[in-house]
Amino acid sequence: MSNAAQQFLEAAGTITRNLRHRGLIQTALRKYEVARDRKKSAFNDWSSARQSAAETKWDAINHLDTYLTEFTSKIEARGTKVHWCPTGPEARDTIRGIIRDAKAKCVVKSKAMTAEEIHLNEALEKDGFEVVESDLGEYIVQLRKEPPYHIVFPAMHLTRDEISDLFERELGSAPTREPEELTMIARRALRRKYIQADVGITGANFAIAETGMVSITENEGNARLTAALPRVMITLLGIEKVLPKMEDLALFLPLLATAGAGQTVTGYNTLYGGPRQPGESDGPVEWHVVLLDNRRTELLADPEQRDALHCIRCGACLNVCPIFRNVGGHTYGTTYSGPVGSVITPHLRGLQDWKHLSNASSLCGACTEACPVKIDLHHHLLQNRRNAVGETPSWIERLAWRAHAFAVNTPALYQFGQEVARIVEPLRQRLQGTPLDPVKTWTSTRDLPPVAPESFKEWWRNRR
Amino acid sequence: MNVTLFIPCFVDTCFPQVGMHMVRILERLGHRVTCPEAIACCGQPAFNSGYWDEARQVAGKTLHHLRDAEAVVIASGSCGAMLKVFYPQLYAGRPEEAAAQRLSEHTWEFSDFLVSKLGVTDLGARFPAKVTFHDGCHGLRELGIKSGPRKLLEKVRDLELVEMSDAETCCGFGGTFAAKFPMISTAMGEVKCASAADTGAEYMVSNDSSCLMHLQGLLSRQGKPLKTLHLAQILDSQ
Repeated sequence: MSNAAQQFLEAAGTITRNLRHRGLIQTALRKYEVARDRKKSAFNDWSSARQSAAETKWDAINHLDTYLTEFTSKIEARGTKVHWCPTGPEARDTIRGIIRDAKAKCVVKSKAMTAEEIHLNEALEKDGFEVVESDLGEYIVQLRKEPPYHIVFPAMHLTRDEISDLFERELGSAPTREPEELTMIARRALRRKYIQADVGITGANFAIAETGMVSITENEGNARLTAALPRVMITLLGIEKVLPKMEDLALFLPLLATAGAGQTVTGYNTLYGGPRQPGESDGPVEWHVVLLDNRRTELLADPEQRDALHCIRCGACLNVCPIFRNVGGHTYGTTYSGPVGSVITPHLRGLQDWKHLSNASSLCGACTEACPVKIDLHHHLLQNRRNAVGETPSWIERLAWRAHAFAVNTPALYQFGQEVARIVEPLRQRLQGTPLDPVKTWTSTRDLPPVAPESFKEWWRNRR
Repeated sequence: MNVTLFIPCFVDTCFPQVGMHMVRILERLGHRVTCPEAIACCGQPAFNSGYWDEARQVAGKTLHHLRDAEAVVIASGSCGAMLKVFYPQLYAGRPEEAAAQRLSEHTWEFSDFLVSKLGVTDLGARFPAKVTFHDGCHGLRELGIKSGPRKLLEKVRDLELVEMSDAETCCGFGGTFAAKFPMISTAMGEVKCASAADTGAEYMVSNDSSCLMHLQGLLSRQGKPLKTLHLAQILDSQ
């Protein structure tokens, strides 16, 4: 078992017994579902909207080379510098270089999961730069020195009291239970940073090939300030973010907002086309767009699971996933948690180390049903399981499944097994609760149904 | 119609009454019921674990015995989904593909067979109790079964059907998942049982005995008064 798998099991074992966590997450995500369903009904036809989005992303991903080239040539024509980075370390080094060249001290950053993916903040802080997260949730988890809990709601696991305590400790503010006041405390701290910062780093929601523009959606206006105030702007995005046409946003912006947060459309929607142009009075003087591959092209090479690159990081699959709802975001130990994380992490970070996430699923399919771009998520988990076994089968497990096949295919043996189970049942019951119980993974929390005195097939035979 | 019952291993061993009620209901409706005794498992446990070669060793025999059936009826949405949805994938590009495809087209989950194939919703049953229905995920999302079981329950005399808040949320069984990740499976089951109990129902009913095995196991262990029942048991009640 990999270290990651061991850590997952231990963390899951602890958190699933934490009833406070369970209550908090279940309540929050049930509220999300109500809001999402209300907004879904504003679509003429939600299922055809999903189909249309899936087809657009299919086109974008299957012609990624064309669209990425189109995107870069258009955006470079207005003076943006585009950096192609095949790996995480290369993207990190590129960004470190840009910041060094800008002679920056303070960096302000809006939400970007790609930055989490390449551990950008740690690298910059090691270089001596101050990096401040400007998204409220991200700012909170940064102050707590922990990774985001959820790709859209980074601090959803915290109550207002915990946030007030944190601000009191870290920022010296007075305790308060009012969300508005908590927001104002963060705003007062962050506004100073926007002014001080020499470099602003953003993520991206979509890259429009047709016009060479980056679309960023957010609810706090922090990404706009991050992009507009510092002299240098850096945008880090995965290569899968591309959409062919500007008009695609007419579908994708409400789709993302509805699926992700139960909103009609996100609060602030901005399109960036280039750095400050001659005659313009504001905006960054330099703009660097960093395109990150980081093994996405390996996923692209897999025709069976290529559609996982359709992902618009809305978080809908996390929100409906009963596994996520019970283990929470941190248990995964990955940048991308929930169903989509379980599907793509083995591709991004190695199948053998991360296959346990594909096994940690009841394959219920709620994720696939919720996905606004129709990624076949739960079936990809099945494929990951098959691929993991194909690469390195466990010979003990293989032998066990062969024995199982032999037993169920041999009626006399199968029936003999039932007889044995009946006979040993009183003994097994005595062993229940001890380490010798052969089915303790079941019986530690659940009663085992007794073997019926007469099986269906015995009844069937006797009846005739 | 000639109906071939496929009785999954856990129904045969632990819940034989589910199969017996199905036989009685189908015979009462005038169908000729057969049950091939040589087959016991659909192969899903190995399939879901990633061992597709071993799954085919089991599925091959089941496919052989059921390949010419007029209608195969199964008391589980999960095993039903294995035959209907996953056999064609398991045999894609293999000589058995056509047989798997044919079997898929002739396989029915029990409630879906009654409602969609036979067009029957009123079986003359009476069950004086308040019940809530749990949608097994494979039946719901792989086979698209949602309204059928409810139509059947609505026609049962003296039965009050109430919906729980998370009827479509997974109960946490998930086959080998329940044994490999018992802590997650248990937490999911507890959430489900709490939703069902909140309705004030006396019974949580489903068309899948595998979900119910897990849920009843939790309820019994925790001494909760809520009971579980397979749909067939209610539909055969007088």
